[in-house]
Amino acid sequence: MSEAAAKTLRKPRPKYLSLQALLFEIRLPVMGWVSILHRISGVLLFGAMVWMLWMLDTSLATASGFARIQHYVGLWPVKLSLLVLVWAYCHHFCAGIRFLLLDLDKWIGKESSRVTSWIVLAASIALTVAFGWKLW
Amino acid sequence: MNRVVTGAHYGLRDWLAQRITAAIIAVYSVIVVVVLMGGVPITYAVWTDLFSRGWMRVATLLFFVSLIWHVWIGMRDILMDYVKPDGLRLSLQVFTVLILASYLGWSVQILWR
Repeated sequence: MSEAAAKTLRKPRPKYLSLQALLFEIRLPVMGWVSILHRISGVLLFGAMVWMLWMLDTSLATASGFARIQHYVGLWPVKLSLLVLVWAYCHHFCAGIRFLLLDLDKWIGKESSRVTSWIVLAASIALTVAFGWKLW
Repeated sequence: MNRVVTGAHYGLRDWLAQRITAAIIAVYSVIVVVVLMGGVPITYAVWTDLFSRGWMRVATLLFFVSLIWHVWIGMRDILMDYVKPDGLRLSLQVFTVLILASYLGWSVQILWR
């Protein structure tokens, strides 16, 4: 075995999928973040469906129920949770439109899909801030 | 081209349904946001009047049906991707279907009380 070949063999190989690699070395590209957040926001919204239906039900059933819900959504932990759900909805909405455009072969290049991913992340935050501002 | 493929052949149908239901959900959401932010203060009278209109009830039911269908496809995809033991996955899928079916019944009850 030549010296060079021996050196190549001794070269430490990257140990991917170790905890350290997963936490610090492998970075999810921004498109991956949009994708996984699309899933997380989807599950979050599914989980919140029962809450939303309960609020719709109570607010429509009686005038006192409507007043109760109005008071209820004014409490800060409820407001905060609703704001998270507003973000989840906005993100799911924006990312969904991006996926529809990708289906239509629009902006599928590496650079342009990176740009549209940043747009989705920024737009959903901006919409959340705007709705939060408007509602409270 | 007549290719022999394996599987249950529901992939394309579900993929398409996911997108069509998404479009319905999106259009309804935008309309509701525009109506609610139209400037009229939402009192109990305004709120119940809105949901007593036939078009609103039908549109909202269409929205709920689309939403529930959309959630089913999404949750099924996620469960298929992350839950490997067959029994557990099937149980979670059945649970999801039962929950969604009860939500559909509930939404009809809310709209036509």
